[in-house]
Amino acid sequence: MSLLETRGLTAFYGDFQALFGIDVAIEAGETVAIIGSNGAGKSTFLRSLTGLLSNAPDAIHYKGEPIGDLPANRIVGLGIAMVPEGRKLFPSLTVEENLKIGAYSGRDGDWSVDRVLGLFPFMQERRQTPATALSGGQQQMVAIGRALMSNPELLLCDEISLGLAPTVIKDIYDALPAIQQTGTTVVVVEQDIQQAMAVSDRVYCFMEGRVTLEGPPDELSHDAIKEAYFGLKGAA
Amino acid sequence: MDWVNAVIQGVLVGGLYALFATGLSLIFGVMRLVNIAHGDLIVLSSFLCLAIVSGLGLHPLIVLAIVVPLMFALGYALQRGLLNFTLGPDILPPLLVTFGLSIVIQNALLEVFSADSQKLPAGELQTASLQIVEGLAVGVFPMIVFACAIAVIAGLQFLFYRTTLGSAFRATSDDADTARLMGIDNRHIFALAMAISLAVVALAGVFLGMRTSFDPSIGPGRLIYAFEAVIIGGLGSLWGTLAGGIILGVSQIVGGKLFPGADQLAGHVVFLILLVVRPRGLFPRAVD
Repeated sequence: MSLLETRGLTAFYGDFQALFGIDVAIEAGETVAIIGSNGAGKSTFLRSLTGLLSNAPDAIHYKGEPIGDLPANRIVGLGIAMVPEGRKLFPSLTVEENLKIGAYSGRDGDWSVDRVLGLFPFMQERRQTPATALSGGQQQMVAIGRALMSNPELLLCDEISLGLAPTVIKDIYDALPAIQQTGTTVVVVEQDIQQAMAVSDRVYCFMEGRVTLEGPPDELSHDAIKEAYFGLKGAA
Repeated sequence: MDWVNAVIQGVLVGGLYALFATGLSLIFGVMRLVNIAHGDLIVLSSFLCLAIVSGLGLHPLIVLAIVVPLMFALGYALQRGLLNFTLGPDILPPLLVTFGLSIVIQNALLEVFSADSQKLPAGELQTASLQIVEGLAVGVFPMIVFACAIAVIAGLQFLFYRTTLGSAFRATSDDADTARLMGIDNRHIFALAMAISLAVVALAGVFLGMRTSFDPSIGPGRLIYAFEAVIIGGLGSLWGTLAGGIILGVSQIVGGKLFPGADQLAGHVVFLILLVVRPRGLFPRAVD
């Protein structure tokens, strides 16, 4: 049984259909990357998984249970946490309060403020700083820490490298192994294909609301990815 | 000594205005909802207290123990059952619905209690005063009201900035969708905010009824005072709201002393002047 499985998942914004029957299966313990260009439906897919977009109950199964119609505030308690695109830290809250609010759902587990501070030591001195006074990369780390505070079994990371300098991106991805070691299953949504291939066990490529390619990164040819990503056949 | 006395009376009545304003400020801060029915809910609490006082023969201050929880529950139900459905990107629906609510409450009160002026019997508290120095006496009841205003604001300040629930309030206020990702049920948080707001309203309504006479039509006037106190103090600042209430109270009493009969006008004029000089209020906190 997969940890998470979607069956014919669709999503709409009003009359606009963003997802056309997505079938994705994520196994416990693996790291999955979802790649695709702007507007391919990657973020919409994550919004559906977290319950911010409502679905038919059977469209999403988590540990065998249908969760497609549960509201977002219930889903985090089941063990699915999200690092939202654009970080979305709470500006009225300090760094430490942002981390603590991540534990609001009250799920049991090993993550604590101290452990997050161990993972990202710079936060120690910035605990009382308003969260949005930090640099972009630091904010991203707080957003990851905040998601970890809910002790997730499945961590969804939406574009965590967006708008950051390469050295900062490296710092952030360096934290990934420590998270994976705890048995957390990780899904990263990335526009940066190289980055996605480097960290993942398996890759899904989305295009225009459909899955166009799936497989382990070392089995996917350059051309196959290009075709699945851009929809161009045989283009150089 | 007359002038010192006027200023002290003004400060004390400012505590009551701060109580009017705190609930209004709180729900605006948490969910950007402007509650036009706020003043009528204050008057509703006064009448609720009156009904219980005449039914059970208890002192209004003891009846607070019934009215406050009652209004807390009403606030939760009102938000959960009605106002949550009006919230969205458009700010007009909550304005219209609470405006309608204001009319409904006024007319229901008129139907049940008639248009007669009423007053809550305060007993000896009505006239009790403390002699501070020769020629200067301060009423015990106004001091109780002022102390309650400070206690309420200090309590809310603690709730908002020192507790998990307070963090949830602020997080929901910042970004309701992301707050839901943390497991925060925003509909429940909004309902709790309205419940707390109406608990403070209940306190304000009972104090109002003990201090002056009231009838079903005076709600909108209290709403104006509340608005003015909030705006003078600066949106989102609880202590600012207290300062706003005090400024309004002092302006009214001192203004009334300078130009007899012009006390309310004096309050409005000072409010308008401050709005020109400090459009964002004295202690603005709200980010947007």
